[in-house]
Amino acid sequence: MSEHMATLAGALQSRFSEAVVSFAAVTDEVTLEVPLAQYREVAVVLRDGPEFGFAQLSDLCGVDYLAYGDAEWTTEASTELGYSRGVERYHGEQDPDLDSPRRFAVVCHLLSLQHNARLRLRVYAADPQFPMVPSVVDIWPAANWFEREAFDLFGIHFEGHPDLRRILTDYGFIGHPFRKDFPLSGHVEVRYDPDRGRVVYQPVTIEPRVTVPKVIRAARGQAPTEPQEAGRDG
Amino acid sequence: MAEFQNFTLNFGPQHPAAHGVLRLVLEMEGEVIRHADPHVGLLHRGTEKLAEHKPYNHSIGYMDRLDYVSMMCNEHGYVLAIEKLLALEPPLRAQYIRVMFDEITRILNHLLWLGAHGLDIGAMTVFLYCFREREVLMDCYEAVSGARMHATYYRPGGVARDLPGQMPQYQPSAFRSERELKRMNEARGGSLLDFIENFTDYFPGCIDEYETLLTDNRIWKQRTVGIAEVSPERAIALGFTGPMLRGSGVEWDLRRKQPYEVYDRLDFRIPVGTNGDCYDRYLVRIEEMRQSTDIIRQCVNWLRDNPGPVMADEPKVVPPKREVMKHDMEAMIHHFKLFTEGYSVPEGETYAAVEAPKGEFGVYLVSDGANKPYRVKIRAPGFAHLAAMNEMVQGHMLADVVAVIGTQDIVFGEIDR
Repeated sequence: MSEHMATLAGALQSRFSEAVVSFAAVTDEVTLEVPLAQYREVAVVLRDGPEFGFAQLSDLCGVDYLAYGDAEWTTEASTELGYSRGVERYHGEQDPDLDSPRRFAVVCHLLSLQHNARLRLRVYAADPQFPMVPSVVDIWPAANWFEREAFDLFGIHFEGHPDLRRILTDYGFIGHPFRKDFPLSGHVEVRYDPDRGRVVYQPVTIEPRVTVPKVIRAARGQAPTEPQEAGRDG
Repeated sequence: MAEFQNFTLNFGPQHPAAHGVLRLVLEMEGEVIRHADPHVGLLHRGTEKLAEHKPYNHSIGYMDRLDYVSMMCNEHGYVLAIEKLLALEPPLRAQYIRVMFDEITRILNHLLWLGAHGLDIGAMTVFLYCFREREVLMDCYEAVSGARMHATYYRPGGVARDLPGQMPQYQPSAFRSERELKRMNEARGGSLLDFIENFTDYFPGCIDEYETLLTDNRIWKQRTVGIAEVSPERAIALGFTGPMLRGSGVEWDLRRKQPYEVYDRLDFRIPVGTNGDCYDRYLVRIEEMRQSTDIIRQCVNWLRDNPGPVMADEPKVVPPKREVMKHDMEAMIHHFKLFTEGYSVPEGETYAAVEAPKGEFGVYLVSDGANKPYRVKIRAPGFAHLAAMNEMVQGHMLADVVAVIGTQDIVFGEIDR
């Protein structure tokens, strides 16, 4: 399998010179990162090109890279202040990554039944304020619901999607829950109000809480990297 | 005379044939369906988001609750993804145990599917038969993990514990006669492996029973033959996997094409359909149960002859044994760190897929080197299948919608996540 994937990586690199091809030997997987403008063009070649033949789209999902690599605890250096509960995690308006053009990505997993190969295709949505990516529904019909899901959970808009509606969240839901700046406990809670005799929506009353803080440890044989905010614990 | 026009019919979300909480908005022309719009998400729990806020091992239990009739296969997908990033290989015995339980799970799933599908389109008896055998397999789950359904048995590095040497027995009680007790404990005299082997001996006969009830049954055929036909090209394009794809005649099974664990050492065959209709998919699943029984028997034989460890020797990921902790300081520290902080997975991303009973169950895992996953995306087979609902039911009658829901083997735990 491994040689096969390395060959595929080579073929991809020579075919798409502007794309970034990476081959991970540990997992034996190939990732193709394409510029937004070429996304659809590349998708068509991947599906129809005889050397690729990726006829099936296994999966399409959104990823929010806002908190990527942000640890809540320092691990290598000792702190004078003791450890916090790690609750200051919510990325407010001051987070520098909030407007990064590499914040939202759409990741497709393609399967070629012909060559028995898998490929990961990634494209970044340029504007994080209004992330927009062209739709691939007409290339792979399976993308329909997957794109609706990515729109629902991440607020990524798919240009040319025939029916871009929310899919998993409740009717009338506000916000995009899988974004990293959306708290785990959400913004509203629902309860039955006996006085008014109906179900009411109200702001959440529970405090954000972290039972196990996120800790980044270097893999063995690598130099430890400390997070930027080291020492802010209190 | 008033002129008939299209009308809209709301089906579900609380409907016995909706297999959980499916709301379908059907646009009808008389009794013929013109357009179907499934509304899903009524069971959305945000499993993926929850997993992002917990150390890796804490989320194994969530996986059971995705597709709650094929529990261990879901765990398998998740655990496999973690192992891929950790470059960790479980011992051979653990791999055999996993394969054996994957196949037990496949039979569990197909039995529920067969029973419910039969019930939906008018066959009551088969439902009762299926649940009789399911009970036995649930006991295997219980013997190995303590839970009948949500086992949390697979762990990165192997499985939680070895197979028990003694199958638990029913105890005397005021509600059971001695004769009944003896009958219930008949197969439970030996180990779990004996119990499973006994099951594989009589189970093919049970499948014959189901087939007697259905395969040549005229009503069954009227309700399934020629219903919701999908061509092979279309099935691939729509993202179909598992029996849905094989029913259309595409020979594609991850156990064979991209073997994981020890599937490449086992002997089994892949059934495929020819017409791609509900009846073919029924036949495919029935044959899969027979093949699974075969695989289980091969695993039982191997496991009997080859005792050994069931967890990898990797102290940074696998918790130490109790006895070791009593005298080894290192083990004590590892234990403490593993249960308070968890283990960190090297930075990277991976997509691991297993052939779950319903199709390809994939887990896309992104790690930024932390003790919690950065992003977990669960690729549920049922999601892609249900997305094709509109295409499959168009032009069919209202009663066929139920047959299509049945043939797709829908479970909302995995679709809504």
